[in-house]
Amino acid sequence: MTVQTGIHSISAARRAKDRFVQVLVYLSFALAVIPLLSVLWLVVGNGLKRFDLTFLTHSMRNIGATDPGGGAYHAIVGTLEQVLLASLIAVPIGLLTAVYLVEYGNGGRLSRIISFFVDVMTGVPSVVSGLFILAFWILILGMTYSGFAGALALSILMMPVVVRSAEEMLRLVPHELREASYALGVPKWRTIVKVVLPTAFTGIVTGVMLAVARVAGETAPLLLTVFITDSINTDPFDGPQMGLPLYVFDQAQRPTNTAIDRAWTGALTLILIVMLLNLVARLIAWWRSPAKRGS
Amino acid sequence: MRRSAFRRSRGDAPFRFVSIAAGVFLLALMAAIGVFLVVRAVPALQANTSHFLTELTWQPNSAKPVFGIGALAFGTVVSSLLALVIATPVAVGVALFISHYAPRRLASVLGYVVDLLAAVPSVVYGLWGVTFLVPFMLGPSSFLNEYFGWIPLFGGDQVVGRNMLTASLVLAIMILPIIAAISREVFLQAPKMQEEAALALGATRWEMIRMSVLPFGRPGVISAAMLGLGRAMGETIAVALIFPATFNITLRILSPNGNSIAANIANGFGEATPIGTGALIASGLVLFLITLLVNMGARFVIARRKEYARAAA
Amino acid sequence: MAKQIEVSELDAYYGSHKAIEGISMTIEPRSVTAFIGPSGCGKSTFLRTLNRMHEVIPGARVEGKVRLEDQDLYGQDVDPVSVRRTIGMVFQRPNPFPTMSIFDNVAAGLRLNGRFSRSELEGVVEDSLKGANLWNEVKDRLGKPGAGLSGGQQQRLCIARAIAVQPQVLLMDEPCSALDPISTLAIEDLISKLKQEYTIVIVTHNMQQAARVSDKTAFFNLAAQGQPGKLVEMDETSKIFTNPAEKATEDYITGRFG
Repeated sequence: MTVQTGIHSISAARRAKDRFVQVLVYLSFALAVIPLLSVLWLVVGNGLKRFDLTFLTHSMRNIGATDPGGGAYHAIVGTLEQVLLASLIAVPIGLLTAVYLVEYGNGGRLSRIISFFVDVMTGVPSVVSGLFILAFWILILGMTYSGFAGALALSILMMPVVVRSAEEMLRLVPHELREASYALGVPKWRTIVKVVLPTAFTGIVTGVMLAVARVAGETAPLLLTVFITDSINTDPFDGPQMGLPLYVFDQAQRPTNTAIDRAWTGALTLILIVMLLNLVARLIAWWRSPAKRGS
Repeated sequence: MRRSAFRRSRGDAPFRFVSIAAGVFLLALMAAIGVFLVVRAVPALQANTSHFLTELTWQPNSAKPVFGIGALAFGTVVSSLLALVIATPVAVGVALFISHYAPRRLASVLGYVVDLLAAVPSVVYGLWGVTFLVPFMLGPSSFLNEYFGWIPLFGGDQVVGRNMLTASLVLAIMILPIIAAISREVFLQAPKMQEEAALALGATRWEMIRMSVLPFGRPGVISAAMLGLGRAMGETIAVALIFPATFNITLRILSPNGNSIAANIANGFGEATPIGTGALIASGLVLFLITLLVNMGARFVIARRKEYARAAA
Repeated sequence: MAKQIEVSELDAYYGSHKAIEGISMTIEPRSVTAFIGPSGCGKSTFLRTLNRMHEVIPGARVEGKVRLEDQDLYGQDVDPVSVRRTIGMVFQRPNPFPTMSIFDNVAAGLRLNGRFSRSELEGVVEDSLKGANLWNEVKDRLGKPGAGLSGGQQQRLCIARAIAVQPQVLLMDEPCSALDPISTLAIEDLISKLKQEYTIVIVTHNMQQAARVSDKTAFFNLAAQGQPGKLVEMDETSKIFTNPAEKATEDYITGRFG
């Protein structure tokens, strides 16, 4: 014991336990990071092999599993269209719901119910949203498999995320701002449109980007609604399309090295798109943060 | 806040109506998911020649359809619980690391690194699982079987890398970020007052955490774990690539067995007949209901926690 | 078991901001020493340097010496945990552990320090609650949560929790500022009783309180906002309140600022 007499020193056992827990805590962090590093390492290492112009500009038309070459152009185009359409559906609905919860709900019964189910909706498995669109849109309404059907399924997954992040941002808008606007005789809806939403704008954009990043990697709903094709189909409203996650899934199931290589490169492209969306979202958040503004 | 004192303009009523409509639409959507799944599941369930809830086999595409949720539900629950058991302690450790151990300046960056785990798409985990983790896990699986085979979980004569344990490991990695993120938030909210009270009594860092942070954060961690469980059960593509897709019930997690509702939908959809599709939709309905219950339970716990936090403040 | 504290040339920082500067003083055993001064003058910060609670705040650090009899609390080999074990603290707002019962709250510190039999614990808990003038009010509901008590009772519970581990010094950071006048009176009575056994240091905003309970009073002040706080003077309480040596002290006590 190094402590001098007088100050009661704590027992070695307590100190050892404290150390032991500290080691466990550090270890668990390392344990969490190892798979991330492993995934990124393998995706980058294996993905770079085929990360070339052919991959980015060609489809898989007339290319078998054992054939070299081929690309994911059709899948990239499909993913971008599907995600864009999903956003066009989910953002207005999500944003309006958030406006209701923050500006009109006042903690009433309906707003509490909606709020609760928005939370529950975040937990709806992606495959279930795909099944729902399959059952409703394709089997009952008789529509075809299409990029748009996929966008519908993705939008269901996006909505609760958009509601939550927009709600959070709207609540950050100071009440004084609304009151100042009311005091000038501006009606409530114009106050929301002209004062509240613009103030929260960058925050909402960040939330939307993160929501987009989340659904861009979804495979299961697309599998059930977009189907799979090897050809370029730029029309999301007509016939099967491809999506980048689907492409990776499809290639990964073909038992040849050329296909697996394409799957890795598809995974790399997908991760790059998702990370880019994440990064842009964080940059927007950082750009508007008070810390930055103050300096 | 009384707002009624302000004169209503002509635009107010429509705008208010549209925003309420959006909220109500979300509620209707949730109901519609249940309703339309039921509508498409019923014909298949009527054509089924076995009992849906107890039958293990899955042959809805044959002339005499025989299918049941038994094996799939079992696989879903077991793999998810296993994932939860693996992920929760690590996630709590990660959350504590970021909230109470890591240097202040590094903490937010390291938190972001863990969040990145959630940004990796499911299909990429699947690809990683199939090409790297499955062959890698053959070693540890054989080891467990050889030395711990007396535990029924690790027993059995046939050991492979493509097994329930590997699938659960991938699920654990995928649900770790959400459990860690929520736990981290509640740990950070633990009242400084009580932390200081513990320290002033001469508590070490761990004792302080045990006395003031963990009791406060427990409901948050529980609901985080339940949300993670819900997510693990609904996870599809990663496990669809890893599960051996068998239809039996066994607790031998190292043997070439394992399947889940979601994985079966992804794998079986391509060659499904109309009845087969209906059967998959019926299984999806079961998944929807289970995850709904788990999620509502998690939200309930969180709501209770808010009351508790108010009482403590 | 009460001991003397000797502080020499102590500075405390929050990051790069210097909160207090060049403080030296001697705190006598078995007496009550009060710290007074305007808001932000660093008196609470200084109090927290006396049991190394200051450094709990990220980025906070201390320079200088604090001696408990002849040991430097900031010496190389000294574990802050054992310092806090030896020098107890009561905070501004009552902070019992909300998940613990009254009994467990008082026993919390003891349980950290080793295994005690139930009867040993019961004895210490009873003594501590009696010492904190709370026993009669809670003896029938020791198993109930501590959060169910009134604010004043909670604060006395926290005092009982602090004295249960038999510290050598008791630091109190504005212990009555969140309490009503009757509870305040009860705590002040308790302080007068506790000084028979402990060295007590109390930070207070209430000058009447300082005059009522303390033997010595130290007045802290800062030259301007953003400047570090300093010790202006320290003397017998009666002298500080009737005939202070410094003009600033007199101005503060007579209510001309602060």
